Amino acid sequence: MTRDIVLRVIGKILIPYALVFALYVQFHGDYGPGGGFQAGVVVAAAVIFYGIIFGLAAARRAVPEPLVESLLALGVLLYAGVGVAGILLGGNYLDYFVLDHDPVHGQLRGIFWVEAGVGITVSGVMLKIFYLFAGRGRDLEEG
Amino acid sequence: MGLLGHFTYWATVFILMTGLYIVIARGNLVKKLVGLGIFQTSVYLLYVAPGKLIGGTAPIVGGAFSVYSNPLPHVLILTAIVVGVATLALGLALVVRIREAYGTVEEDELLEADAKDD
Amino acid sequence: MLSQHFPILLVALPLIAAPLIVLGRSGFLGWIASLAVTGAATLMAGALLAKTTAAGTISYAVGSWPPPWGIEYRVDAANALVALLVSAVALVAMPYARRSVSAEIGQDRQYLFYALLMLCLSGLLGMTLTGDAFNLFVFLEISSLSTYVLIALGRDRRALTAAYQYLILGTTGATLYVIGVGMLYLATGTLNLADMAARLPDVSDTRPGVAGLAFITAGIGLKFALFPLHAWLPGAYTYAPSVVSAFLAATATKVSAYVLMRLYFSVYGVDAVFRDMPLGPVLAVLSVAALFVASAAAIVQRDLKRLLAYSSVAQMGYITLGISLGSATGLAAAVAHLVNHGVTKGALFLLAGGIALRAGGTGLERVAGLGRTMPLTAFAFVVGGLSLIGIPGTAGFASKWALVSAAIGDGQWWVAAAVLLSSLLAVAYVWRFVECAYFRDPPQDAPAPGEAPADMTGPALALTAAVVAGGLLAAPVLEASARAAAALMGLAR
Repeated sequence: MTRDIVLRVIGKILIPYALVFALYVQFHGDYGPGGGFQAGVVVAAAVIFYGIIFGLAAARRAVPEPLVESLLALGVLLYAGVGVAGILLGGNYLDYFVLDHDPVHGQLRGIFWVEAGVGITVSGVMLKIFYLFAGRGRDLEEG
Repeated sequence: MGLLGHFTYWATVFILMTGLYIVIARGNLVKKLVGLGIFQTSVYLLYVAPGKLIGGTAPIVGGAFSVYSNPLPHVLILTAIVVGVATLALGLALVVRIREAYGTVEEDELLEADAKDD
Repeated sequence: MLSQHFPILLVALPLIAAPLIVLGRSGFLGWIASLAVTGAATLMAGALLAKTTAAGTISYAVGSWPPPWGIEYRVDAANALVALLVSAVALVAMPYARRSVSAEIGQDRQYLFYALLMLCLSGLLGMTLTGDAFNLFVFLEISSLSTYVLIALGRDRRALTAAYQYLILGTTGATLYVIGVGMLYLATGTLNLADMAARLPDVSDTRPGVAGLAFITAGIGLKFALFPLHAWLPGAYTYAPSVVSAFLAATATKVSAYVLMRLYFSVYGVDAVFRDMPLGPVLAVLSVAALFVASAAAIVQRDLKRLLAYSSVAQMGYITLGISLGSATGLAAAVAHLVNHGVTKGALFLLAGGIALRAGGTGLERVAGLGRTMPLTAFAFVVGGLSLIGIPGTAGFASKWALVSAAIGDGQWWVAAAVLLSSLLAVAYVWRFVECAYFRDPPQDAPAPGEAPADMTGPALALTAAVVAGGLLAAPVLEASARAAAALMGLAR
């Protein structure tokens, strides 16, 4: 598999575009179909694609496992942090209206950070699942 | 509203029973999870189908639109789908661990092995 | 003021703690964080209970979206009591957890254990406090998914199959619940429980209303092991790590029972459930069957934890029996038994964890001679057992007595008779422990005979003391339960 030239070339061409597309899905989620969940999955899919073509070890070098675990925790913290920010600024938990002078701007700001948190967590979780399943048999053999 | 007017409900019931039957009747742990997934899918249909109005648009405020579909069921079901994915991943992870510990994923063989442990 | 945010902070605090623990990657830090969170949660739940007693229902609009459009957290005397039970049991279990977890779970996975425990706590508290039917489902799944993993962390390989079985049945139950909620949503157009209660009388006798009730009963029944839907429970409680067994036995099924009470009495209303539909007799028959069949099954078990697990199924029968009476006194008795049995079972499973550590297992042959090798633990276990039977002076007596008087008050003599007769079966399974512990010689190969370490025995004895206190000073719990029952029944009309 790793010597298959067609896959390697196509993969190298496609993966950067997939990552950019993920950013588009993430940030365009405010105005159209998209959002953090879909973007997170696309990011994870790009890395998983890389892992399938170039091998699990290469994927782990590119996106190390401790980083993945931190990402999935950080995303949840970001989401919950927006909630706490609402309380600190005098509103209720997850109150977007108080995040800016203008309630509508506050909503945009709130949903932006919440979606960012979702995107980070989802990409982290998907990658973690892939690493765990893909590495299961191999890690045991290597001891 | 005759029999056909309710066809989404018939579809829901069919999917629901199919999934539940697989969960009950199959002894293979992976197939049980497939059944569980089908069973959960029936919920998605139950929620989403009644939210759709034929001819209705997405709920965007604008002069040109007056008929909207209900967006809430979609949001709920997005959550339910995520829950379903998490359940499936966890279930498969458990099956992998069971396979490593017992060397099989067939329910009857697992029961035999457990009976020996006792 | 921070105190107005207590309803959400109670849920959000453990939810925030979980990722922090994952980032910390250290079992010790995770333990410290969990201890702090459970302590804060207990204080907040206590404050909420005091506040609801004084000032009635508290409503909290998440994100400042006014209910019924936004998600509402609605705290009254009933769910504040359950929230206090959940967080207090978690707090008592934490000092115990440090050593027990070190003994049963590998060093590199301990921080994940604490993170999952926090997620589970967050889910259970969320289920308790939320006033939104779909939000309840989400928290149900958060607590369930973390529970499956916690059970699978047990040392025995059978923990894996137990977790898998619970996953299949638990997910089926949650899905049935969400189908029921879907029916209600289609019929009423709302997911807010209070709003639903206001609209439901118009549609509760239509087919979606009736079918919704049936789906919800079956779904939640699966989650709290309503006989005969209890197949997952014995395995899950037996093979889970000791702390998890204690925490789950004391809280998880209790929270689900509370959810059923909330949906029956607050949302549908007594008339719809018990007069228009024959759920009273159905629940009563299933409960009585649970009392006898599960108690009889407990008698023949050869493992202490499995014996306790079957006893849990039987004891849940008393709670559903109280619900099935459909009266305020019956409901109050059910709530009181929910609290008292939660504390009792928590104490017993904590003690069983100490026995597992010192005697090398919880099989009844390992328990032999415990009266000599671990006299304190054995004595406390007998006290807990007396509470399961319902001997005067223990918490179990107070709530069983309330149940019997409620049944007699409603003219249901056969219910009262069933409660008393089934207590005899409880005598039999508690006697099994007494016989092994006091009348047999200890096994020669116990790994470390002697009492369990103080940080494990202490919390277990504290809960045992609470069992005795709940028997001698039963009035506070009974009064709180009566207030809870009034709150549960008041919301509908």
